Amino acid sequence: MTITEILSYGFIQRALVAGSLIAVLCAVLGVFLVLRRLSLIGDGLAHVTFGSVAIALFLRINPAVVTVAAIPLVLLSSFGILKLTDKARIYGDAAIGIVSSLGIACGVLLASVAGGFNIDLFSYLFGNILAIGTGDLVLALVLFAVVLLAVFFFYYDLVAITFDEELARSSGIRTKTINTVLVLLTALTVVLAMKLVGIMLISALLILPAVTALQVAASFRATILVAALLAVGSVVVGIFGSFILNLPTGASIVMVNFVVFMLVFSGKKLRQAR
Amino acid sequence: MSLELVATSELCSSYNGAEVLHEVSFRVQQGDYLGIVGPNGSGKSTLVKTLLGLNRPTHGTVTLFGLPQDQFGDWQKIGYLPQRLKFFNPNFPATVEELVRLGLLAGKGFPKRRAKGDDAAVEETLAIMGITDIRKRLIGELSGGQQQRALLARAIVGKPELLIMDEPTTALDPETRERFYELLQLLNRERNTTVILVTHDTWSIGKYATRFLYIDKRVVFDGTFDQFCQSEEMTGFFGEHAQHIICHRH
Repeated sequence: MTITEILSYGFIQRALVAGSLIAVLCAVLGVFLVLRRLSLIGDGLAHVTFGSVAIALFLRINPAVVTVAAIPLVLLSSFGILKLTDKARIYGDAAIGIVSSLGIACGVLLASVAGGFNIDLFSYLFGNILAIGTGDLVLALVLFAVVLLAVFFFYYDLVAITFDEELARSSGIRTKTINTVLVLLTALTVVLAMKLVGIMLISALLILPAVTALQVAASFRATILVAALLAVGSVVVGIFGSFILNLPTGASIVMVNFVVFMLVFSGKKLRQAR
Repeated sequence: MSLELVATSELCSSYNGAEVLHEVSFRVQQGDYLGIVGPNGSGKSTLVKTLLGLNRPTHGTVTLFGLPQDQFGDWQKIGYLPQRLKFFNPNFPATVEELVRLGLLAGKGFPKRRAKGDDAAVEETLAIMGITDIRKRLIGELSGGQQQRALLARAIVGKPELLIMDEPTTALDPETRERFYELLQLLNRERNTTVILVTHDTWSIGKYATRFLYIDKRVVFDGTFDQFCQSEEMTGFFGEHAQHIICHRH
């Protein structure tokens, strides 16, 4: 089958567009999260998304809008992580762990109480990008615009708090507000990325392109640009590869990301050894 | 009459229940070069953080540029160079130029964007600090001295009226440290930048600072270095031998 033939399928077109949009968002936010040592927040919020989806299904919300229905609870949980870190003086990783396990526990308990749902809750664990509908595509476009605009407007504040939060505060930057913006944007992106690679693999999209770009970064702006390009490339190769080889798409995208990371990392080490 | 940039009154601060600062009162006038010294754990860094609003006092007040600290908003008037960056990541992918540009954020409203004059300010500061040739290099690739100059450039690029530094020369070799102090003196004399410098380096403070504040949770001494060396009260505090060693190095 030729590339043109593969591209003629509507579901492939939607997967490529939505996948690329979400990949860019994950990569851009991932650079800030990785440098702030908040990489696992994606994982934590993904687990909360699992619980939120379970609640939405338990309340018999239409499965078609389950993703949207999960958003408020995930946003609330992201606030919870910030508050636990700030007010209860719990380390960020521990706060993420608490909220994350609570999300999973809610999901499993509700699934058990409901005696199973009409749709398979556990299908959200691994996602299905090829099942993305027009509604999901529109949602991805809206989210893409919102997140990129927010990053554009808060770019310098985000860079400042990522470099050093205390130094940023001494410059009059409202670090709590900027932290909240970053976590909220991450929460929104995670909910949407759930359909792409599934809950289990979301953190790979947030972490791998950023970490790969950091190996070859020449500046902060370049890091963000390289991360976004690598992420889109991995999504495109992953979708085509999985289609041709009949493999799960989400996992294929993650594997392509990992292979790219290994290639870049090895290349850097070889260059340094010379 | 010179402007009073900083004033503290009976400032107290605690950490984990233990008092770190006890009724610290002092004033800094425009053009001052104030050296703050004291033993480890004497509350020097806590004092600096309290001045900047990074630490909340348990008692007392801080006034910045005539305003209570919690009402002060002209942060572009203050440049800050911390002892060491709390979460400094040597792999942070910013170039020297990008780092210096962050120092211009304080004076900007929302959304913060590049303004006319930013490029010229960055150019001028890179030249003053002698780091124009490394502007495109990542900060993680630089030596300790170069990093510190880049961080000082970040602190002064907005032409602050007050520069607050917390042991900025700890990681520097003696030659680089000397050049660093000469730069500060230049800023103090030529730009009339007021300097508050926390240091262990009593010798340098004596050589460059116009005022000397010795704290040990409370203000032990506030005056010039010469006054310190001649103070009988300080002889009583340090002992003749220790005071002689400090002043002899000067």
